[in-house]
Amino acid sequence: MSLFLWVIFPYLCLAVFVVGHAWRYRYDAFGWTTRSSQLYEDRLLRLGSPLFHFGMLGVVGGHVIGLLIPRSWTDAVGIDEHRYHLGAVIGGLIAGVMALVGLAILVYRRRTVGPVFSATTAMDKVMYLVLTVVITLGMWNTIAGSTLNLGGEYDYREGVSVWYRSFLAFQPDASLMTQAPIGFKLHALAAFALFALWPFTRLVHVFSAPVGYLTRPYIVYRSRDVRPLGTSAARRGWERVGS
Amino acid sequence: MAQLAMVMNLDKCIGCHTCSVTCKQAWTNRAGTEYVWFNNVETRPGLGYPRTYENQQEWQGGWIRKANGRLALRSGGRFKKLLTIFSNPKLPSIQDYYEPWTYDYETLTNSPATDTFPVARPKSLLTGKDMNVEWSANWDDNLGGSREHAARDVLLAGIEDRVRMEFEKTFMFYLPRICEHCLNPSCAASCPSGAIYKRSEDGIVLVDQDRCRGWRMCVSGCPYKKIYFNHKTGKAEKCTFCYPRVEVGLPTVCSETCVGRLRYIGLVLYDADRVLEAATVAEDSDLYEAQRSVFLDPEDPAVQAAAEAAGIPGDWIEAARRSPVYALINRYRVALPLHPEYRTLPMVWYIPPLSPVVDIMRETGHDAEDRGNLFAAIDALRIPVEYLAKLFTAGDVAPVENVLRKLAAMRSYMRDLNLGREGDASIPASVGMSEQDLYEMFRLLALAKYDERYVIPTAHAEQAHALEELATDCPVSSYGGGQTGTLGEGSGKPLPVAVENFRMLQERQTSDQPVEGGRVTGRVNLLSWDGRSAPDGLFPPGAPPRVPRRDGDGPQAARDGREGS
Ligand code: SF4
Ligand code: SF4
Repeated sequence: MSLFLWVIFPYLCLAVFVVGHAWRYRYDAFGWTTRSSQLYEDRLLRLGSPLFHFGMLGVVGGHVIGLLIPRSWTDAVGIDEHRYHLGAVIGGLIAGVMALVGLAILVYRRRTVGPVFSATTAMDKVMYLVLTVVITLGMWNTIAGSTLNLGGEYDYREGVSVWYRSFLAFQPDASLMTQAPIGFKLHALAAFALFALWPFTRLVHVFSAPVGYLTRPYIVYRSRDVRPLGTSAARRGWERVGS
Repeated sequence: MAQLAMVMNLDKCIGCHTCSVTCKQAWTNRAGTEYVWFNNVETRPGLGYPRTYENQQEWQGGWIRKANGRLALRSGGRFKKLLTIFSNPKLPSIQDYYEPWTYDYETLTNSPATDTFPVARPKSLLTGKDMNVEWSANWDDNLGGSREHAARDVLLAGIEDRVRMEFEKTFMFYLPRICEHCLNPSCAASCPSGAIYKRSEDGIVLVDQDRCRGWRMCVSGCPYKKIYFNHKTGKAEKCTFCYPRVEVGLPTVCSETCVGRLRYIGLVLYDADRVLEAATVAEDSDLYEAQRSVFLDPEDPAVQAAAEAAGIPGDWIEAARRSPVYALINRYRVALPLHPEYRTLPMVWYIPPLSPVVDIMRETGHDAEDRGNLFAAIDALRIPVEYLAKLFTAGDVAPVENVLRKLAAMRSYMRDLNLGREGDASIPASVGMSEQDLYEMFRLLALAKYDERYVIPTAHAEQAHALEELATDCPVSSYGGGQTGTLGEGSGKPLPVAVENFRMLQERQTSDQPVEGGRVTGRVNLLSWDGRSAPDGLFPPGAPPRVPRRDGDGPQAARDGREGS
C-alpha cells in the first residue's frame, strides 16, 4: 500500500503532469490562457486576485525552501533551528492566509456574479475544489503541526522533505512518508492529485508567466506567416510546388 | 518600411453603420465577441465606444513623454505591468462597452391569444437573464440624449459652457473608427507575452492567438480602445485590417461596403528608424507634423532605391507612388491623424468635415458655396473648429483651418467649373495650391473609382490563400471558436473553415431537417444565426426540433390540399 501511495501514485501524477503539458501545448495552444473574467466583474477581483496570487507565490516560495533545501545547507549558513522554524511558520501563515482569503473571495465571486458563474466550466469547479483542499490541509499542517503541536512533534525537514528529494532523484524512500502525520500525508496526496489535474485546467497559465517582457523590445515586428496554403495541411503528394 | 494605411473623408459619412455591420458579420459574430465592434461609428460630440474612451486621465492608454524626454507607457513601465498582472487596474468593464443582449423571440410565436401584443423581452447574452437595455455601441447616435450624454464628451472640456446642446443649434458629424494600426502601437508594447506584433511587410498589427495568454494589458494600453477581450476564449482580438483580403488585393470589408465611398486604402513608405524620434517630440501639437515627416516621398529616387534595398518589391513601390493615402496626407495635406497626442502614430487618418460649417451657413441663409463666406465662417465658427482640432491635431487649430479652407476653396472653385464658367485661379492660390492640384484633389475626393480609392498591392509570397477561403479565414474562427471542451470554450484543434462553411452551407440548403452546425454553445447569438440551423439553446431543452410539418393546418397543408384536389 505504501508503495502505491508514495511511489507509484506520485510518479503517475508527475508523468501526467509532464506529458499532459506537452500534449496540451501542442494540441491546444489556443486554449492556453488565464481565461480571465475581469471583464464581467472588477471590484471583487481587484481584491481577491492579487491576494490569492501573491499569497500563492509566497506559498510556492516557502515550499521550495522547505522541501528542496536540506537542513545541512541552512545550518551551514548559520540559520539555527529556532529561527528557521519561526520564519517558516510566520511566512507560511501570512502567505497561506492571504491565499485562502483570496481564494474565498474568488470562489464567492464565481458563485454570485451571474456572468462569471455561467463562464465557469466543470474543470474549473474540480480545480477549485482540489486547490481548496490542498491549501486548507497545508494550513492545517502549519497551524496544528508546527504551532499547536497537536499529535506530537513532527519535523518535516527530516521526513517529508527528504522523501520529496528522494522522489525527485528517482530513488523514492516510501518509509519516510509512512511515518509522517496524517495531515502531511493527505496534503501530499492532494497536491499530487492537483499536479495531475494541472495540465487540463486553466492553471497552465502559471507556465506562461511573462518574465521575458522585462527584456524584450516594446514593439514586436514579425514577418507575414509562412503558413501552408489554406487552413488544412496539404495531402501527401498534393503539396504545392514553389512555395 | 511599408505600411497599409487608410484615410476617411468625414464629409461624406452619412452615419449609416453599414461598415460596422458588415465588419461584425465578417469578424465578430461569434460567442464571446457579441459586444465587440472592430469598426464602430460614433456621433460627435458624443461619448464614443467604449464610453469616454478618450479620457486618458481615467484609462491611462497610449504613451507619454516623460520629463527626461523619454517615451513611456502612460499606465506604467514593465515592472508595474507585471506587478498588477493579477488584476488589471485600468480595464474597462463590460458596462463601459455595453452588456450584449438578444430578445426572447419565442414569446412572440408561443403567446396565446391576448388583448395586448406579446413582447419579446431583452435577455442578457452574458447571463441569459432578463435585463434592461441601457446602453449600446451607438446609444447616443445622432445626438440622441445629447444634453445628457454628448455634454459629457471629454473633448468638450474647457469649451462646454459655449457649446449649445439644443438640437438645432449644435453641430454634429460622424466618426467611423477602426484600429489605427499605429506605427508605434502601445497595445503591442503593453503585451507581457509579446503576442501582439506589427507585420514588417504591411504594418498590420495582429494578435497571435496562440501566444496570447489573456493578460488584458493591451486593452488598457490602447488609447483608442480598439483591442477587445473575447470573454469566451480568454484572448485579445482586434481589427485585422482584413488581412486575408488585402493580401490578395481586396479592400477591407468596411471600405468595400462603405455607402459613402469615403474610405481610401494605400501604401505609405516610412522610415522606421525615425518613428521613435517622431513619437517623442516635445509638444503634443507638433506630433502631426512630426509624423508627416516620417513618411517618405515615393517619387524620390533615393527613397525608391532605399526601399528596393530593404527588399520592398517593385510593384509595392509602384503602388506607393499611386497611393491615394499618401496623396491626401502629404501632397494635398488634407488628411489629419486621430488624436496624435496619444503618441502611437496612428495610421488611419481623417479629412475633417466641412459640413458643420456649411450647414450653419446654409441655415442662416448664406451662400454656402461662396469662398468668402466659407472662409469667414471658418474663422467665426470657433467651436466646431476647436473641437476638430482637439480630435485631430492635439488642439492646434491652424492645421484644421488650413484643411477646411482647402475644402472650402475646392467647393467654390468647382462650382464655377460645374456652372460652365472659367475657373477662378485666385481661389486655389488663396490656399496655396495650383489649379491643377485642386482639380486633382477634387477628382480624388469626389470621382475616384474603385481602383483609385484602393491601391493595394498583393502579398508577395506565392502562398497566398486559396481563393475559396477569402475573407472566411480568421485566426479565431479557425479554431471553431465557441465550442465547449473540457478545457474551456474555444479550445481544441483548428477547424478548416472553408470546408466547414462549404459543407454546412450545402447541408443547410439541401436539407429539410434542421441541421447540426453553426453550434453556438449555451446561448444563441442571433446576430450569428442564419435562420436555417437550430443551434443548441435556441429552443428550451427537451422541446422537439421544429420541422415544418406536412400534414395538419398551415399554409403548407393548404397548398398541398389544393394541389391534391
Ligand atoms: S489603435 Fe490599434 S495598433 Fe494602435 S494601439 Fe490601439 S490596437 Fe494597437
Ligand atoms: S458605411 Fe461609410 S457612410 Fe456608412 S457609416 Fe460607415 S463610413 Fe459612414
